[in-house]
Amino acid sequence: MIITKPRDWDRILANMAEVDARRVFIMGCGQCATVARTGGEDEIAEARRRLAAADIEVTGWAVGEVACHSGGTRLETRRHSGSIEEADAVLVLSCGAGVQTVADATSKPVFPGLESVFLGNVVRHGVFEERCQMCGECVLDLTAGICPVTTCPKGLLNGPCGGMWDGNCEVVTDRECTHVLIRRRLAEQAREGTGVLAPKDHSKQLKPGSVNLRGERGKGRR
Amino acid sequence: MSRLRDALARGEFMITGEVAPPLGTDMAAMREAVATLGPHCHALNVTDNQGATLHLSSLAASRTVLDMGFEPIFQQTCRDRNRLALQSDLLAAWTLGLENLLVVTGDDPRSGDHPEAKGVFDIDSTQLLAIAHGMNEGRDMLGREMTGGTGFFLGAAAFPEAEPWDVQRERALRKVEAGAEFFQTQAVFDIDKFARAAEDLRPSGVKLIAGVLLLKSPRVVKFINERLAGLMVPEYLGARIEAASDPLAESIALATEQVRALREVADGVHIMPLGVDGAVAEILAGAGLT
Repeated sequence: MIITKPRDWDRILANMAEVDARRVFIMGCGQCATVARTGGEDEIAEARRRLAAADIEVTGWAVGEVACHSGGTRLETRRHSGSIEEADAVLVLSCGAGVQTVADATSKPVFPGLESVFLGNVVRHGVFEERCQMCGECVLDLTAGICPVTTCPKGLLNGPCGGMWDGNCEVVTDRECTHVLIRRRLAEQAREGTGVLAPKDHSKQLKPGSVNLRGERGKGRR
Repeated sequence: MSRLRDALARGEFMITGEVAPPLGTDMAAMREAVATLGPHCHALNVTDNQGATLHLSSLAASRTVLDMGFEPIFQQTCRDRNRLALQSDLLAAWTLGLENLLVVTGDDPRSGDHPEAKGVFDIDSTQLLAIAHGMNEGRDMLGREMTGGTGFFLGAAAFPEAEPWDVQRERALRKVEAGAEFFQTQAVFDIDKFARAAEDLRPSGVKLIAGVLLLKSPRVVKFINERLAGLMVPEYLGARIEAASDPLAESIALATEQVRALREVADGVHIMPLGVDGAVAEILAGAGLT
């Protein structure tokens, strides 16, 4: 899931001031941002308190099923069209993908209420870790199911670097070095090391990514 | 031809030193360091934004060392450049007459003076060695023939004291496989661990230049142990410097003992005097190397 963090409220309030917003509609996300406790009903209640303290009226709020789903978000904005119409701006408590989906679904100025930080594993309730960077060229077959691109702070394919000490990472010092973990698991599974891994092909993750399973019918729409 | 390569091939015991380019354009202090260290060393490493802190480029500073009549070891980290820039700078280095190359990963930007910087690490040090090796054969990393190749003497970093050693050994051997002809090591405090590394790595044909760091004050010991990644001063050596009435003299004596011991197991020493450049001559003389 996409992990989000709260955004600096001074910046959010400055955004509101930029468009002279006295009335605001708040949109959350029922998926990732709810699980990350950044864009569910509780966080929207907190945002309402913050906005009220800044003398900004909240005309309404909604937590759609998934903010980044275009169809669902269009339905959601239609359902709340009255209170959105009354608002000067929309504040979205979701990842950047959700913010853009909402911005496409309304003519009102739309502002992000969160920072999107990483694609996260849910390690346990409320604990998230980044394990995959969606690089488009998976190396987990060569690295015993442990991603060095993501979990080595330098993203080295051939490690460890010179900062490793007593098996620990130099950057995140309370964590074991990814390359030590990889080597240990390869040994436990009696697998050979793979020799020198070649440089990554960054063209596999050229922006903006796009997948279209609908063939000709979907052409021209993103 | 690289004098460093020739002398190592002849079996001479190598002495390398280190100079840091300035933050700014005034090279006077660096020139002074070069003039002090140069006459005692076979070659001088020129660091590349060391500690992830901003300095004038190693490329230009290495050329300054060469112009002063000494042999530079041009350092390149993988932190600040992508594969286009790295290859481009290697080609430039060769045309500037820089023949020795030391390839390192580079400290993470978070530990330096620009913690907001993006660490590039497009290529890692093993891969960069392979690229430089290809350039020595006249090809870029795509395998294309270039109009004129390079002839670098290829060096890499090794870490004989960082455990687990089997992981370090594997990494070092991969670097040799990629093209490393010599290693300069992190500072050595435990001669037995260095000997273990030498035993494991030398059969590959690679030359080992052992790092010697001047523990010039208790403050330096504390700094290394608390702030420097990939290095720890053993307690008994820290205590020795702490207890000394003249810590600098004690550190020179210690470095002298280390160089003497390393003569038996290494192909050379890389002395890092931490600014006390004048001590290098004394250390070498004490170890019987002049």
